[in-house]
Amino acid sequence: MGKSVIVIGGGIAGMTAAGMLARQGYEVTLLEKENETGGHVAHWDRLFPDRRKASEVLEFTGEGMKDVHVARGISISRITRQNNEFTVTCGMQDAGSVMKSHFTANALIVATGFDLFEARRKEEYGYGIYNNVITSADLEVKFKSGKGILTAEGKIPKRIGIIHCVGSRDEKVGNLYCSKVCCVTGVKQAIELKEMYPGSVVFSFYMDLRMYDRNFEELYYEAQQKWGISFIRGRLSECAENPDGSIVIRTEDTLTGKPLKMTVDLLVLLVGFVPAAGTASVAGMIGLKTGTDGFVNPADSHIQNNLSGIPGVFLTGAVKGPVSVTEAIADARAAAALTSEYLTASIEEHA
Amino acid sequence: MIKFNLFVLPFSLGLIYIAWSIGMHYYRWIKALPAVDKVKLSAGIRNPSKIFASLKEIFLESLIHRKLWKRNPMLGYMHMSFALGWFLLIVIGNLESRIYHGSHINAPYYPIFLKFFIHDRLVLFFEIFTVPAFFRFIMDFILLFILSGLVLAMIKRKQSKWFGMKQTTNHSLFDRIALTCLWLIFPMRLLAESYTAGFFGGGGGFLTQNLGRLLFSVTPGSAEMIAYYFWWSYSLVLGLFFIMIPNSRYMHIPSELLLIVFRHCSIQPRKWGSSFSSLEANSCSRCGICIDACQLNFAAGISGIQAVYLIRGQREQYIPENVAMTCMLCGRCQEACPVGIKVDSLRLIKRREIGSGQVSSFSYLSNSRPGFADVVYFAGCMSHLTPTITRAMEGIFTEAGVNYLFLDRGGSVCCGRPLMLAGKDKQANELIEFNKILIRQTRAKLLVTSCPICYKVFREEYNLPIRIEHHSQYILDLVKDGRIALQSQHRKVVYHDPCDLGRGGNIYNAPRELLGKISDLLPSENERADALCCGGSLGLLNTPVSKKDEVTKNALETLLKNRPDLLVTACPLCKKTFSKHSKTEVRDIAEMVHDAIPGRQTRKTRIVNEPEAVNS
Repeated sequence: MGKSVIVIGGGIAGMTAAGMLARQGYEVTLLEKENETGGHVAHWDRLFPDRRKASEVLEFTGEGMKDVHVARGISISRITRQNNEFTVTCGMQDAGSVMKSHFTANALIVATGFDLFEARRKEEYGYGIYNNVITSADLEVKFKSGKGILTAEGKIPKRIGIIHCVGSRDEKVGNLYCSKVCCVTGVKQAIELKEMYPGSVVFSFYMDLRMYDRNFEELYYEAQQKWGISFIRGRLSECAENPDGSIVIRTEDTLTGKPLKMTVDLLVLLVGFVPAAGTASVAGMIGLKTGTDGFVNPADSHIQNNLSGIPGVFLTGAVKGPVSVTEAIADARAAAALTSEYLTASIEEHA
Repeated sequence: MIKFNLFVLPFSLGLIYIAWSIGMHYYRWIKALPAVDKVKLSAGIRNPSKIFASLKEIFLESLIHRKLWKRNPMLGYMHMSFALGWFLLIVIGNLESRIYHGSHINAPYYPIFLKFFIHDRLVLFFEIFTVPAFFRFIMDFILLFILSGLVLAMIKRKQSKWFGMKQTTNHSLFDRIALTCLWLIFPMRLLAESYTAGFFGGGGGFLTQNLGRLLFSVTPGSAEMIAYYFWWSYSLVLGLFFIMIPNSRYMHIPSELLLIVFRHCSIQPRKWGSSFSSLEANSCSRCGICIDACQLNFAAGISGIQAVYLIRGQREQYIPENVAMTCMLCGRCQEACPVGIKVDSLRLIKRREIGSGQVSSFSYLSNSRPGFADVVYFAGCMSHLTPTITRAMEGIFTEAGVNYLFLDRGGSVCCGRPLMLAGKDKQANELIEFNKILIRQTRAKLLVTSCPICYKVFREEYNLPIRIEHHSQYILDLVKDGRIALQSQHRKVVYHDPCDLGRGGNIYNAPRELLGKISDLLPSENERADALCCGGSLGLLNTPVSKKDEVTKNALETLLKNRPDLLVTACPLCKKTFSKHSKTEVRDIAEMVHDAIPGRQTRKTRIVNEPEAVNS
């Protein structure tokens, strides 16, 4: 008899876990709220630190889940558990109308991921007010489109500012945590911009650069030595818009202790992670515990990092906090392995 | 003939002590005043209208307790019965004693213990219409009046909520001794007078005579002795109370009298402290009304830093740093204080002591000339964090065709107030002088600011020769002059009074009038002078953000009770602070006005995250 698994969330973590379990012979259903799987990675051009194409990673992951039943356009309204069987009640978009539907399984993997910090909440940075203020995610979309990066006025940006820690490590917006991957993303994007427009100047404003993983520090060195990107330690205070659309930024160079004012043609805000909008509702339905930051707490942060504390419910990916693509994939495989172990054990129990 | 008995001694000694002590206090406070204030005082006490005003306020606040009546009638009545009652007892008792005294020397104790010395019977029927009978009636009535207040005071110890109070201070040993004496004084008087009247069969009024008759019937043999014990007790508790006054919270009574006179002589708290501050500290009755008013207390659970504790520190000449620094300086306690103590000034004095040693460099200030205009617009640092406000203001200026100059368009030099709130006045003055030169150079006739924090400091510290307006006033003028036409959007809004605009700048009506024209203004709790602080205060210097968040959430709960479509304020800092937690959209009044100009919209948002936008 076939045991079944429902994976909630079709981002890179959910896809990886679903694919791995399907390949092991479980009956896997992947529930995705959007009309396409792939999550955030689907919108990104290249991944740090080696600038490998995000689409290749996604393609690889997609190929691995041929036997997964994928349900798209899903909005979950209820999750119940009875006799070790989970029933997920949801609405399903079908040709414009919403159909109610049920899925049942023996185990549940929660991979609801993250949302990007809403940059409009930092009103002083002018996102949504000034046309030449964009987010790092907007920039990836532009890179991916392959049409070049131009200002709202259609010009090549001569001076580009990149702002680190937008919505991360910022008590004023209520997010005390570090989003961890923005630092290296910012360095990667700075290099890519400079590569595209060697005549332009790129400034990065940071608090401190957390180059935590292999080859990250090297990338940061490359950015300075090979590409001549200016890294200025200082947090952006505010922006204003000049009549020509360029952006005046005011910050402090905290290494020299001087206030700093400069004009840039394009300003990129490195937006951090926030818990996905759906996480809170799914967590509420299942009874998952969340921290004060809104991310889901695993049963144990060291040795039960994929366990939720509820038998049969597993966690993976950015639902537990900021992770890189690489980490999400590894974490998803771990979650899949533990899910498989759980399902096997429960088969033996009943045998 | 001078009547005398040994038992009057405790009272008399107490009276001598308290007269001497208050005299010494008054003398020290006046002597320690700065020369300027001494001149003001000596001019003030020669000015009949100021004397009259002082006496009027003393009557209304120290006797009637008008502010307490407004707060809670039971609380007002209780205090009035003690203060006014006792005052009348003294005044009328004195008049009464003049009927009987046989000498020009009327010893102070004589009216107080009159009934011990005088107990003639009014035997004939018509005698109840005589002057002595009239006095006896009045005096008994006043005593009853005070005793009714005493009953309320006893109830208040157990049920302070009925009196509109949630929390109060803990009393010191001396406070408790003084309170016990105070509570005993009038029952002792009642019993002494009643026993005496009962024993002699006369001398009392409707209360003491009848009670005395009853008591005498119970204890006929020893009534005279019992009466004598009570006279001794009465004198003892009076004397002891007097001795306790300078060592207890009751010192607030004589202090407040002088404070009122000082205020009417235009003596103000000084930036670096003066004996005025010490007088204010002694005028605090430690009632604890400020504790109830403090949002840090009821919303964030922070205690021990409220006005009453700061003032205690002032009296004891030791204010811990956290007490000075943990305060939003929102002014709510000052507004609630029945004595009207300028607590924020006291706190800033301490902050100046702490902040004066620190140095800052302003070498980055550049000397560029700003250009000329009719109106100079100073958005303020906080408005630069909310560019929707500056955009709306620019739109409004343009729509009205105003010749204006956006002085801090490229980012502002701080108005100085945040530094002042941190006690760094010296540094603030550098910025103030810098900005003053810039503002003067524009030759503008009017300075408009979007920030109530700037508005307050412009008015209080800049001494500018031009008019200063907050944008809510200015926009209202533009509308009244017909320079901008507005169309109501008919959205339900609640208006939040920013601390520095309302309590700090006394501007409550202009924003409401303006909002009345362009929206459907809903009422809310805690409006105007009673408004809550948003929690974003720049004055709160050492408190974790999580505590500020609690203040913000609590204030939002109150403001959004009537479920408005929008929460409108007139301060960029309030807007920013509320936006962090509010599910209801928060807007500044300038944005509201800009949106209400027909054919205009504040948010000209072009979508930037669509790839197509790049090439269009």
